[in-house]
Amino acid sequence: MDIAVTLVIQGLVFFGVAWLVMKFMWPHIIAAIEARQKKIAEGLAAASKSEKDLDEAQARSKEIIREARDRAAQIVDQASKRSNEIVDEAKGTAAGEAQRLVAQAHDEVARETTRAREGLAKEVGKLAVEGASRLLQREIDPKTHAELLDRLAAEVARG
Amino acid sequence: MRFGMMAEENTSGGMTGYIKHHLTHLTVNQGHGVFWSIHLDSVIFKLGISVFFVILFAMAARRATSGVPGKFQAAVELLVEFVDGMVKDTFHGNSKFIAPLAITTFCLVFLENFMDMLPVDALPAAGKIFGVEHLRVVATADINTTVGMALGVFLLLWYVGIKHKGVVLFFKEWFTAPFHAHGIWAVLLAPINLLLRLIEEGVRPLSLSLRLFGNMYAGELIFLLIACFTLDAALSHVSTYVLGGAQFIAGFIWTAFHILIITLQAFIFMTLTIVYASMAAERH
Repeated sequence: MDIAVTLVIQGLVFFGVAWLVMKFMWPHIIAAIEARQKKIAEGLAAASKSEKDLDEAQARSKEIIREARDRAAQIVDQASKRSNEIVDEAKGTAAGEAQRLVAQAHDEVARETTRAREGLAKEVGKLAVEGASRLLQREIDPKTHAELLDRLAAEVARG
Repeated sequence: MRFGMMAEENTSGGMTGYIKHHLTHLTVNQGHGVFWSIHLDSVIFKLGISVFFVILFAMAARRATSGVPGKFQAAVELLVEFVDGMVKDTFHGNSKFIAPLAITTFCLVFLENFMDMLPVDALPAAGKIFGVEHLRVVATADINTTVGMALGVFLLLWYVGIKHKGVVLFFKEWFTAPFHAHGIWAVLLAPINLLLRLIEEGVRPLSLSLRLFGNMYAGELIFLLIACFTLDAALSHVSTYVLGGAQFIAGFIWTAFHILIITLQAFIFMTLTIVYASMAAERH
């Protein structure tokens, strides 16, 4: 039984169909496979990217919280410093005022003393003139003896 | 053991002899009678293809990555996803092995059918060099193979049925389904139900095995008929070139068309297995 020619043609048919499959079917199969690969690759890339994004966001939120904490501490510091300053200032003002009042009071007292002394001296002068006039039984003209009286009053005031 | 029995058929020669020769299995007799004759070619090719399939998928599983898959892994994944989706749609029982079984069934039947795509004389001619007189490479074109697979499915259906319903309900349904009744009617309908059930049990493996065998056997036969265009042809004769062209065209068309048939038959075998398993798991 000679099947050489038959077998050769069968081989040609086989390669012909193989070519047909390669040309028309294989691209579709490969396309489906590659589409799947691409989909998976994209999904994995998206997943890793979102993971990275999450990490970044967490780092940034930590940074923001740290900054806010620093700011808050700073503000508290400032506030306490300022309050100390205000207290100090108030203390200073109060001390100055107190000194001023004391000084004023001193002045007042001194003025009053002087005035009282002057008044007293005048009174003493008047009394002296009156006493003298009583002794002399005559009127002494205060105008003519004003100089004398004034000297007397000054003497009393000084004493 | 005797290789290449029925050698007397070769003497007739010509088309009939050629076709008969190609439809004869490489047979060993392990006893007396037809039952004990083993089709060595079907067994060897089925085993070889099974080993090839196992190695192929084991490689895919071993190299499987959860990252971007390679082309081979992506192809296997596409197949697995497709079959798994089909099983999820069709099979509502709680057996985990249906999808792997379906994939295995599909791949094995497809690969065995695929041997039909090789030039029909190539492997037998190669076998002749090594002294193998008869060689049929398409295991699914041997009714012993398809009946064997169908019997496997048959046992599987019983296993699935008993697992899902328990032994009592499984055998009770032989008498109570598909016609449900009460009282005396239940007794009267029991034989009818049993008869229908027996027919059903017989028809399922029969339809599975005969459909696959018939398609593959007929396909192989047509390949043989196409090969007969240039049988015993002499290169000196003009008709050889005309008939050779005809053989090429006919062979090309039939081989291309056969791609569909082998895929479809494998798919049908798998689908029916899933459907039968789903029906076996259902309570009536």
